[in-house]
Amino acid sequence: MKTSDARKLVHGHQVHRDVYTSHEVYVAEMRGVFTNAWIFVGHDSQTPNKGDYITTQIGDQPVIQVRHSDGEIYVLYNRCPHKGTKIAIDRQGNTGKFFRCPYHAWSFKTNGCLLAIPLKKGYTDTGLDQTESAKGLKPVGDVRVYGGFVFARLSETGISFEEFFGDSLSTIDNMLDRSPEGRLEIAGPPLRYMHNCNWKMLVENQTDTCHPMVAHESSAGTAIDIYKQMGEPQPRPPAMQIIAPFMSSYDFFEGMGIRTWPNGHGHTGVNMSIHSDYDAIPGYFEALSAVHGEEKAKAVLDENRHNTVYFPNIMVKGPLQQLRNFIPLGPDKTLVESYVYRLVGAPDRLVEMSAMYNRMINAPTSIVGHDDMEMYERAQEGLMANGLEWVNIQRLYEEGEDFSKEAVENGTTERQMRNQFDAWVKFMDWNGTAAGASE
Amino acid sequence: MTITRDDIIDFVYAEARILDEGRYDEWLALWLEDGHYWMPLDYKQTDPVGETSLLWEDNFMLRLRVERLNGERTFSQKPKSRCHHVIQRPFVDEFDAEAGRFVTNTSMHYVETRLDEQQLLALTAMHELKLVDGALRIANKKVELLNSDAAFRSIQLLP
Repeated sequence: MKTSDARKLVHGHQVHRDVYTSHEVYVAEMRGVFTNAWIFVGHDSQTPNKGDYITTQIGDQPVIQVRHSDGEIYVLYNRCPHKGTKIAIDRQGNTGKFFRCPYHAWSFKTNGCLLAIPLKKGYTDTGLDQTESAKGLKPVGDVRVYGGFVFARLSETGISFEEFFGDSLSTIDNMLDRSPEGRLEIAGPPLRYMHNCNWKMLVENQTDTCHPMVAHESSAGTAIDIYKQMGEPQPRPPAMQIIAPFMSSYDFFEGMGIRTWPNGHGHTGVNMSIHSDYDAIPGYFEALSAVHGEEKAKAVLDENRHNTVYFPNIMVKGPLQQLRNFIPLGPDKTLVESYVYRLVGAPDRLVEMSAMYNRMINAPTSIVGHDDMEMYERAQEGLMANGLEWVNIQRLYEEGEDFSKEAVENGTTERQMRNQFDAWVKFMDWNGTAAGASE
Repeated sequence: MTITRDDIIDFVYAEARILDEGRYDEWLALWLEDGHYWMPLDYKQTDPVGETSLLWEDNFMLRLRVERLNGERTFSQKPKSRCHHVIQRPFVDEFDAEAGRFVTNTSMHYVETRLDEQQLLALTAMHELKLVDGALRIANKKVELLNSDAAFRSIQLLP
């Protein structure tokens, strides 16, 4: 499939089922969206020291995030330029001053440059220095570290980081402001959860506010029932703070609001969210006020953005310092990695809350995540049904929606899903000269 | 009542059978009120709450888990999962009859199945048991999965 064919699969308020099921579409979006957009790689606190690295994927591309000897973070393709062997296989480690290929011992500096080849005289007069192999491990097109979060664009030319994210970075800014020291640190490894469905179903669900009270009645509704049977003791059990708000009414979710930004980004929880009613953590407001002043500290904490989607494939939960990475492994296979971060300088209770939310909602052992996964996988199977070709994302649709501007809407709109598909078409069909391109 | 090593070992076997037979109300009754069920995410994780665990559940959460399984709108349990434990003879690591406190270490293979999927988990379960009013109860339970860092599908029942 040509990436330019993407336009035929998206009709504003409906999306063709091939977008979720076709291997050809999957290959095209790896070459289109995941090459031209800025993609999350990792966090700089995962590679704090020189030589530290992590291995991950950008779309279907194996990459290494590594801290070079100059202190900068590089993102390199995880592929020996000789025969193709993956250089690093551990999920994380320290490689010292260089990477060494385990197959023929070609070695590379941590910025990728070729350092040495055994028996190099065998290449004399062969013209090796004219080949791509002589350049070493290939770096991706561009890298930017923002507030500790590492993003990369595979394509060497294309949209700038600033233009791609624009004002959507305010969610990351707010998360950093919640740390008295303005910094986050990784807190342990991510939960890893394998889904037999298309990666976009998971991303779309992050701003779907019409499913929680239906799909999660079994967990959230049951939690409320048990709490009532217990005579509503105080303080509330953690499950009541975290799981019960999923049963909030449609009115509540309408009032939450959804904001969309250009290039497919957007968030739920504009006015307040299901995270607004957590019990205060002793000492935290005081610590934050000491840095920001009371007025700003209050403003920082009053921002209760629920789920912020950064197109194409991550979700950030600002009030809980979490990031979920939806890594596509095929048209019908997605690896979900759910991270929690520590707010540097804040009471330990904050990261305990983040970890609690993560295991209660996002874990393969979580009773909440089970029902989400059930829905995605039933959809993946259901979409094979012939006779119905289109997936409907029409809720609160308006003819001629302009996604090049920020908009705030009723919190049950599917506008953010339409926004994502507007960006999906744009980056599938990116030719480096499209409106908005910067070199 | 005098507790023997066999009583401790029999308890661990009986708990596995109760889970396999889905007798969850009986299973909850085995627990002391303030106990925790811990399943670490990281190999040799020492802090259950400062980083993510697969499970760190108190009595409220375990009760929620069990009552949810019986619910009418528990969509991921239509149809229901089934599980099966194969356990090795438990080691009794601590045996303090005077204090009524006992700790066991048990190797298990846990199989969970639903529809056409079946997954096998190899694990070590550590039970802290206490003698209360003449009966053994679970004070705490920790389950270390051999591949705790793997990307799992849903694990819906209790290893």
